[in-house]
Amino acid sequence: MAAKPRVLIVSATGSNRDRDVAWACELAGGAPEIAHLNQLTSGDRKLADYQMLVLPGGFSQGDDLGAGKLWAVALTHRLGDALKAFVAARRPILGICNGFQALVKSGLLPGDGGAKPLATLTRNERAHFECRWVHLQANPASPCIFTKGLDEPIHCPVAHGEGQFVARDVTTLSAIEARGGVALRYVDANGTQAGYPHNPNGSVANIAGITDPTGTILGLMPHPENHIRPEQHPQFHRGVSGRSGLALFQNGVRYAAGM
Amino acid sequence: MGRQTIHRVEIASKTGYSRSHIASHGQRRATLASAGVSSVSASDIYFLEADLPPEQLHRLIQTLLVDDILQEARIGPAISLAPGEHSIEVTLLPGVTDSAAESLRSGARIIGIDGLGQIAVGQRYLLAGSLDAIAAKHIAESLIINKVVQTCSVDGPIEPPFVQDQADTFIITVATIPLRGATDDGLLAISKTRRLALDLPEMRAIQTYFRAEARDPTDAEIEMLAQTWSEHCVHKTFKARISYTEGGNAPRVIDGLLNSYIRAATEKLDRSWVRSAFVDNAGVVAFDDSWDIAFKVETHNHPSALEPFGGANTGVGGVVRDVIGVSARPIANTDVLCFGPQHLDPATLPHGVLHPRRIAEGVVHGIEDYGNKMGIPTVNGAFCYDEGYTANPLVFCGCLGIVPRGAHPRAANPGDLVVVVGGRTGRDGIGGATFSSMEMGVETAQIAGSSVQIGHPIHEKQAMEAVLRARDEKLYTAITDCGAGGLSSSVGEMAAELGALVHLDRVPLKYAGLQPWEVWLSEAQERMVLAVPPAHWPRLKTICDGLDVEATALGVFTGNKRILLMWSERIVGDLSTDFLNDGIPRMELAAEWSPPKSAAALGKPARSDLTADLLELLARPGTRSSEDVVRRYDTEVQGGTVVKPFVGPGGNGPSDAAVICPQDTWRAGSKQGVALSVGMNVALGKIDPYAMAWAAIDEAIRNCVAVGADPERIAILDNFCWGNPRLPDRLGSLVRCCEGCHDAAIAYGTPFVSGKDSLNNEFLGADGKKYAIPGTLLISAMGIVPDVTKSVTSDFKRAGNGIYLLGETRAEHYGIHEGHGLVAHAELPGMIPDLLRGAPAVYRAYHEAVRSGLVQACHDCSEGGFALALAEMCIGGGLGARIDCEADPWLFALSETPGRLVVEVAPSDWTKFETIMLGSPWARWGEVLAEPKLSITDYNGCIVIDAALVDLEHAFRGHLVEAA
Repeated sequence: MAAKPRVLIVSATGSNRDRDVAWACELAGGAPEIAHLNQLTSGDRKLADYQMLVLPGGFSQGDDLGAGKLWAVALTHRLGDALKAFVAARRPILGICNGFQALVKSGLLPGDGGAKPLATLTRNERAHFECRWVHLQANPASPCIFTKGLDEPIHCPVAHGEGQFVARDVTTLSAIEARGGVALRYVDANGTQAGYPHNPNGSVANIAGITDPTGTILGLMPHPENHIRPEQHPQFHRGVSGRSGLALFQNGVRYAAGM
Repeated sequence: MGRQTIHRVEIASKTGYSRSHIASHGQRRATLASAGVSSVSASDIYFLEADLPPEQLHRLIQTLLVDDILQEARIGPAISLAPGEHSIEVTLLPGVTDSAAESLRSGARIIGIDGLGQIAVGQRYLLAGSLDAIAAKHIAESLIINKVVQTCSVDGPIEPPFVQDQADTFIITVATIPLRGATDDGLLAISKTRRLALDLPEMRAIQTYFRAEARDPTDAEIEMLAQTWSEHCVHKTFKARISYTEGGNAPRVIDGLLNSYIRAATEKLDRSWVRSAFVDNAGVVAFDDSWDIAFKVETHNHPSALEPFGGANTGVGGVVRDVIGVSARPIANTDVLCFGPQHLDPATLPHGVLHPRRIAEGVVHGIEDYGNKMGIPTVNGAFCYDEGYTANPLVFCGCLGIVPRGAHPRAANPGDLVVVVGGRTGRDGIGGATFSSMEMGVETAQIAGSSVQIGHPIHEKQAMEAVLRARDEKLYTAITDCGAGGLSSSVGEMAAELGALVHLDRVPLKYAGLQPWEVWLSEAQERMVLAVPPAHWPRLKTICDGLDVEATALGVFTGNKRILLMWSERIVGDLSTDFLNDGIPRMELAAEWSPPKSAAALGKPARSDLTADLLELLARPGTRSSEDVVRRYDTEVQGGTVVKPFVGPGGNGPSDAAVICPQDTWRAGSKQGVALSVGMNVALGKIDPYAMAWAAIDEAIRNCVAVGADPERIAILDNFCWGNPRLPDRLGSLVRCCEGCHDAAIAYGTPFVSGKDSLNNEFLGADGKKYAIPGTLLISAMGIVPDVTKSVTSDFKRAGNGIYLLGETRAEHYGIHEGHGLVAHAELPGMIPDLLRGAPAVYRAYHEAVRSGLVQACHDCSEGGFALALAEMCIGGGLGARIDCEADPWLFALSETPGRLVVEVAPSDWTKFETIMLGSPWARWGEVLAEPKLSITDYNGCIVIDAALVDLEHAFRGHLVEAA
C-alpha cells in the first residue's frame, strides 16, 4: 500500500480547530502534521514536503482587522513563493472557516485573477457569532476535487461571526457560478435552498463553499471536521448516524495520494 | 525623539451595507427608535502616529485596513455633519488593552513598514433622526460606551487616547510607609488611604513584623501583603473561627467553615479517585487509568458589574488559566449568570449601576468572545434573574481540563528560574484582589477603573499551547497562573517554601511609566508563571518564540525563604515567605441564624386547569429557551460535545447537562465521557440556606445522572456568593449553607474537590441603603459517563413509549416560584433533607437502567415541576404526551419536589426497567403521543393541562422570533 499522503495543517497565532482537522485527516487516511506558520518561515518545515495543505478554523491574530485578513497578509508575504509553487503544482488546499477567510482575503479564492479582489467574507447578516448545525449540498457541476461525488448532503456545524459571502458584483457572481466555482451551498434538511437559519450568515446565493478554477482549492465556512464520528451527530441519540463530514477529507486525501 | 505626525484614517462602509452592531439588537433598536433615532451607521477610526511617505501610508491602509469590496478609507478629519445628524466618536481610555491596534502594528511589520509610533482604534457612529446633542450624548453613555474603559466625543472629533510617553521624565520611586510608629488610628488610615482592605489586627501584625525588621515597609511590600492577605486570595472568612448562635441558643465555635464542613466531607468520603482537592488551582479527579480531569469554577462579579464585557471576558480567561495552571488542556467551559430583571424600570436603578440588560448583553458578549477565541466549547450553564442581583450581578465561569496522569509537576527547586509566559504587564487591574474583597459604593466605578481588565484571548491561547508543549517535554517543575494580585501572588505562592529573587525591571511592559510596586501587583491578563530549571530555559524560549509568545526569566527561586524584589541594583522589597503566607492573624467572627417565621398555610387558587400557568412558567426569563445566547457560543469546537446544550430534531429541547468525550482519549479509542451540570436554588435559600444546599447539590447530581453519569463517580464544586461576612446575619446564613453542603455531600457520597467564595457582594447606594444579593450557592458537578454511546438526551423519542416519574412527590412541596401564587410552606425546607435521603438510591437504579440501554429520554424535574419537564420533552422531541393524573392537580403538575426524574421507556423494556427500579419510588403516568399536544387529565376526566405543542413552543421560544 502506498504511503499515507502528508497533510500539513498550518496554524496561525489564534487558530483553534487545528487538532480537529488533524483528527479528520487521520480518519480519512492521511498523515497530518500541525505546524505554526512560523515553522515554515523559519525553515523548520517545508511546504514542498507535503501533498495537501489545510488552513484550519480559529481567530488568526484575533481577527481584529477583519476575519482572516492578517493571516492572509502573512501567508502571501511570508510564504509567497512556496505557496505559489504549491498552488501551481495543483496540490489540494483546504481552508475551513478562518482558513476560508484567509484564502479569500489573500486572493487564492475565488482565484479568477484580476487586480482587485472579487469576493469577500464579511459579518453575518445578523451581526453576531452563531454556532448551529447546517446542511450542505455539493454542486455536481463543480470541478472541486473535495466535493466530487458527494451525493449525500454534509451535515455539520458552523461557528463564525463573519461568514457572509459577498461577490464584487452580479457579473462576478455569475462568472463564478458559471464555472462551477460554488462547490457547496446551504440547504435545509430536505435539500432545498432556504433562508435563515439554514443559511446562517446571509451569504449571497446560499454559498457555503467556493473552489478555484482548477478545483484543487476549496474554502468553506462550516466545519466538516466536527462531524467525523457518529456520536457527534446532534441526532445520534435518536438513532441517526452520520459522519458525513468525513467524505470531504477522504476525497482530498485520496487526491493528494496521487500527487 | 520628536513627535511624529498623527494620521486619522476612517474606514467606512461604501453602501451602508454592514449593520452597526449597536443597532443589531432588537431591544436596542427599540430604545434608539424611541429616542428619535431613525438610522445608525458605524465606521472605524484608526489613529497612527507615524512619519510615513504617502505611498507607504496608502499601502498600509489598502493592505491592512480596507476591505475593498465593502469599504472605503478616508484620511484626515471627518466629513462635517449634515443637518439633523449627530456623531459619537469613541475610543478606549489610554492604557486599556487594544488588540486591534496591536494587530495593526504586527501587520505593518509583516508588510515591511516599521517605525510606527502609537496606534489607537476607535469607532464613529453617525445618528440621524429627530434628536438633539443632549439626546445623542445620552445615547452614547447609556447604550454605546462604558466610561470605565472608554471615552467619547459627541458632534466633534475625538483625540487619540495615546499614553503619555514618560520615558524621559519618569523617575523610579520606592516609597516607604511610616508604619512602625503609627497609632491604631494611623494604621487604619493607611489601610484606607491605600485601599489595602486590611483590618486592625492585620495592620498590627504587619507593624509588629516591621518593628522586628527594624525598618518601615516599602510600597511594594505593603501592597503585596494586602493582596496576599485579601479575602479574594486567602479566603479568611472560610478559615475564621466563628462563634455561631442559632435561634437564640448558646453560641458554639466553628473552627473554620472550610475545614469543618467542606473539606471535612471530602475527607470523610475518602474517594480513591479524587486526585487533588482544595490544594491546587483546580480540583482534579481520575478520568481513566492514564488521564485525570480538572474542574474549576470562578466568579468575576465586581468587574462584571462595572464593565460587563471586560469583566466576564477576563472571568473566562482567569478560570481557563486556573486549569492551565494544573497543566491541563481546557476542553469545556460553563457559565452561570445571575442578573437583575431585564425589564427593570431604569428610574428605579440605584445611582451608578448599569441597567441589568446592558450588564447581560456585555457579559454574554464577553463570555462568547473569550471562549470562542480560545477554541473551548461553552457547553453548559444557567440563567437566574432576581432583583437582588440588580446592582451586583453574579458571573460564574467554569472550565474543565484534561491532563495525562503525573504530568503536573508541583515542586520547584532552588536554582530554578522564575519565568513569566504570555501577555505584557500594564497598569491594568492593579488592586483587583482587594477591590473584589470590598463592598462597592457609588464611587466605585470612578476610582476602580484600574481594577478592570480587558482580556486578550489570543495571547492566552498561544500561552496555553506553549505551556502544554513545555509540559509534554517536562520543561518546568512548577506552574501557576497570574490572577488576582498578579506576580506578587503567583510568585509568592510558588516561592512559599523556597523564596525567590525577582528583578522587576525585567518584566516586559506594555508601556513605560510603571512604578516597581505597580509592576509587582499588576493583574494584567494572560500570564503564567513557571519554575524552569536553567538547563531547560533555552528550549522553553524556543517553543515560545515559535508560537509568538513572550517568555522572560525574571529571577530565580532561592531557598532562603525570602522574597527579594530588585529594580536594577535597588532593593524594592524583602519579605519573609513565612510571614507572607502564615503571618495573617486568624479572624474571629460572630454569626447568628434565626429560623424563618412560620409562613401562612399554602394558598392555592381554586382552578384546576393549569394550562395557562404552564405556558406562563415556560415563558419566564429563567425558564424559557436561552438559545439566543447559547448559539453565540461555539459549542462544537474540539469535536467532543456528544450531548449538546439543545437537543432533538429541531435542536429546540434544553439539555440537563452536557456530555463531553475528550478528543485525546476518544482518538485513542475510549468512549468514556464527562458530564457537566449545575444546581442552584436561590428561592429556597431565602427561606433556609441549609435546605438550599441540599437542593442545589441534588439538582447538580440529578442533572449529571440524567444524561448518563455514574452517580458513584461524581465530584462537585462549590461557589458561595454572599454578602458581608462581618454582619452576623449574613455569616449565619453562610454557616447554615455550609452545614447543608457537608450533610448533603455525605448523604450522596459526592465529594467536593474545589470551591471558591465571593463575599462582600453588597452595594451601598446613593440613598444610603445597602443592596445585598440573596445568599447564592452554585454547585457544579462533573461526572464520569462510562460510555457516551449510552448517554441520554431529554427529547421524547417515539410515540407509544411510557412516561415514568422517578422519586417521590410530596403534598407539602408545592412550587416555590415567587409571585406565582405558589409559595412554600414554612415546613418545606425542613423536610427537604429527609425527602432527599432516598434520592441516591433512585439515581443508582436509574443509572443501571441507562447502562442496560433501557432509557430513551430523561429530563430532570425542577422549576415548574412535572408539567414543565414534560413540556420541554415534547418541545425537544416534536411529539406530544398524554398523562393521567391521580392526585391533586396542582401538586401533580407543578410541585417542585426535588429528587425526581422524568423517564421515557419503550414498552418492550417496561418490565426490565421496573424490575431495576424495584425499591425506589416510581410510577408510569402515561405515554408519548404522535399527536402534537400535551394533555394531563385528572381521575374525574377534568383537564389539568391541555396545550398544543405549537403553543408550548411559542411560550418557550416565542421571544427568539421577536428578537430576531
